[in-house]
Amino acid sequence: MKTATIAVTGGTRDGRRRLLLLFALLLAFGTTLSTAGFAQDDGPDVGFRGTFVNPGDEPMPIEGIRVEVTDADGAVVGESVSDAEGVWVVEVPGQGEYTATVDQATFPDGVTLRDPDTNSRTLPINPGQVRPILFPLGDGPIPGTVNTGTDVRLILQLMVEGIKLGLLIAMMAIGLSLVFGTTQLVNFAHGELITLGAILAYIFNVTIGMPLLVGAILAILATAAAGALMDLGIFRPLRKRGIGLISQLVITIGLSLFMRYLMLYFFKGDPRSYADYAIQRGNSYGPIVLASKDIWSIALSILVLGGIGLMLQRSRIGRAMRAVSDNRDLAESSGINVQRVILIVWAVGSGLAALGGVLWGVGESISWIMGFRLLLPIFAGMILGGIGTAYGALVGSLVVGIFIQMSTLFIPSELKNAAAMLVLVLILVVRPQGILGRSERVG
Amino acid sequence: MNWEVIFRNAIIAGFSREAAVYAIAAVGLNVHFGYTGLLNFGQVGFMAISAYGVGISITQYGAPVWLAFIIGLLAAVLLALLLGVPTLRLRSDYLAIVTIAASEIIRLTFRSVALTEWSGGSNGINGFADGYYRFSPFDPSQRYGFGPVEVFGNQAWIIVVGWSLAILVTVLVWLLMRSPWGRVLKSIREDEDAARALGKNAYFYKMQSLILGGMIGGLAGIVLSVGQQTVQPDAYSPPVTFFIWTALILGGVGRIWSPIFGAIAFWMILSLTNNVLDGLVNVGIVPSAVTAGVRGGSIRFVLVGLGLMLLMAFRPQGVFGDRNEMMLADR
Repeated sequence: MKTATIAVTGGTRDGRRRLLLLFALLLAFGTTLSTAGFAQDDGPDVGFRGTFVNPGDEPMPIEGIRVEVTDADGAVVGESVSDAEGVWVVEVPGQGEYTATVDQATFPDGVTLRDPDTNSRTLPINPGQVRPILFPLGDGPIPGTVNTGTDVRLILQLMVEGIKLGLLIAMMAIGLSLVFGTTQLVNFAHGELITLGAILAYIFNVTIGMPLLVGAILAILATAAAGALMDLGIFRPLRKRGIGLISQLVITIGLSLFMRYLMLYFFKGDPRSYADYAIQRGNSYGPIVLASKDIWSIALSILVLGGIGLMLQRSRIGRAMRAVSDNRDLAESSGINVQRVILIVWAVGSGLAALGGVLWGVGESISWIMGFRLLLPIFAGMILGGIGTAYGALVGSLVVGIFIQMSTLFIPSELKNAAAMLVLVLILVVRPQGILGRSERVG
Repeated sequence: MNWEVIFRNAIIAGFSREAAVYAIAAVGLNVHFGYTGLLNFGQVGFMAISAYGVGISITQYGAPVWLAFIIGLLAAVLLALLLGVPTLRLRSDYLAIVTIAASEIIRLTFRSVALTEWSGGSNGINGFADGYYRFSPFDPSQRYGFGPVEVFGNQAWIIVVGWSLAILVTVLVWLLMRSPWGRVLKSIREDEDAARALGKNAYFYKMQSLILGGMIGGLAGIVLSVGQQTVQPDAYSPPVTFFIWTALILGGVGRIWSPIFGAIAFWMILSLTNNVLDGLVNVGIVPSAVTAGVRGGSIRFVLVGLGLMLLMAFRPQGVFGDRNEMMLADR
């Protein structure tokens, strides 16, 4: 009895020291980010920005197009001419409604507005917001006038985009699901691992200037290390000290807030793109239009997910992971080093999150809030498939991805995440254990 | 650095309408988490839906103020039912997932372009609070206060009403938690199976707790929107929930006065750190780039996140709390 008490207090002190060590490390992480030369920023704090691109077979940025911004009273507050990369930025004095007008007289020969009637757009600006505006050039569909009827082509297109989204969600969800399976902990900071991966790849790619492929691999490794560090520095000591799951849950919330705003601090609020693969023209495949980066994204997701499946099924560590998820005590007593398995699960899951983040950044854009936004569809996919099961996360995420894209047939696309919420609530009512889950996990 | 100004600002922040709003919302969260063990990570969703309920019913349907307030609180009840019915039978983390997601969805929905006509998009709803300020005994052009701390009439009115409401709901919760009903809630927090074995319908009690705490949260949202004289969607963003959590844990979870102490302490600490940081920048000890632009705003979130982690890891019972009230079982 006495020995047990001593052992427990010993563990506590050790855990405490490790926790403090981690907080020091977290601060160091912040300072490293800032010294990466990443802290200086050139964008305005409030305003509009945009890019002029000539959509030929080879997308070419257009230099020298003038954009003028006026305020609500019609007074000119600023103007800008697109630079060699086709980028223009206009700073505005503060929050309010502004009109941006593109000067068609400055267009080079052969370049026209896609919709000649919309050479100006009026949009509100919120504090701290740099709002992107698109003035589409050349021929093609005019945004906002896309046929939203139940057109077969559109349905097929949305289906493929849904599969792409679903595969991405699956990749990000598997880490969350594996961590839950092995530790019963819902990690609310998982979204921030996604953002971290995307932002690190941005630093390697844009700030340092590596090719995105190399940068992405480094970012994935670094994020996997960060995930492992989280387990080693925070959650393993907490488990050792016997801190309850609910307290750990609140700590993941604090960690998520901490990381998210630290990334806002260094990365600023406006969304950005990688230097590579940012602008790509869609190719037609039968009735579907896809950029080649979309196809790469789908192929890579399938490959990685297949690899993870193979690892779980065949490899020693994969079997150990499934054993720990199934029954932790049994796994421990049969000689599996449970703490080591959990550590690897954190690292692998974080790496997958980072890969998902990079692919999301290539397809959409990189911003400090992207991971938090993605958390809802990830949760929906994970619960739909059966919480804690890796294969369930895959199936559920695919369904959620397709459902989210398809929902844009009926609701405005800015509300498509509300559709994910609806799926989540419906599943919980009808089948809370999910498609592949077992009912004894719940309740 | 002018310490007198810094401390005066801290006192103003500690008793500001924001602190009152946080205190009320934290009382609701205390009912959820402190007394029933429910993990509500979307308290701000209840605040938003009630604030919009009031704003929309006044500006769109011309409802009188008292009716609008009732509609606002009923909206919170509806949200509690919507979130509670699917999740309260399940493990406690399901409620956490659904509430955190719902609070962000509510904000995005209200600020969406599609609903601009109704909810005012990203600008929100303005000009609905006049009916409330008509009851103000204070002259809006006059300054009120004691000592060096002074505020204008309308501000004084909302502060008085806000803190009175905070005390009122605190007393209400105190009375409820002394009742047999409150003891059932606490027993569910301690051991749900044991409560069930004694014939209590845990699901219904948890539902009632979710509704009660949600309505108190909704009340906080209404006070915030009336105080700001606008319902602005981004005033109801998810981090607000975690600020309230931090305030509650700071005060001590499951203690009757802790939401009020916690909210005051939280806002004073926040104001002190911000003002000291600004002072250091002005004196030149800290370079101004550290707090420039979006950075100044994000520092407080980073600090709150760090504070929440450290509190939960090292002192989960908070500053005034009792460790025995925080022995959360692994559910």
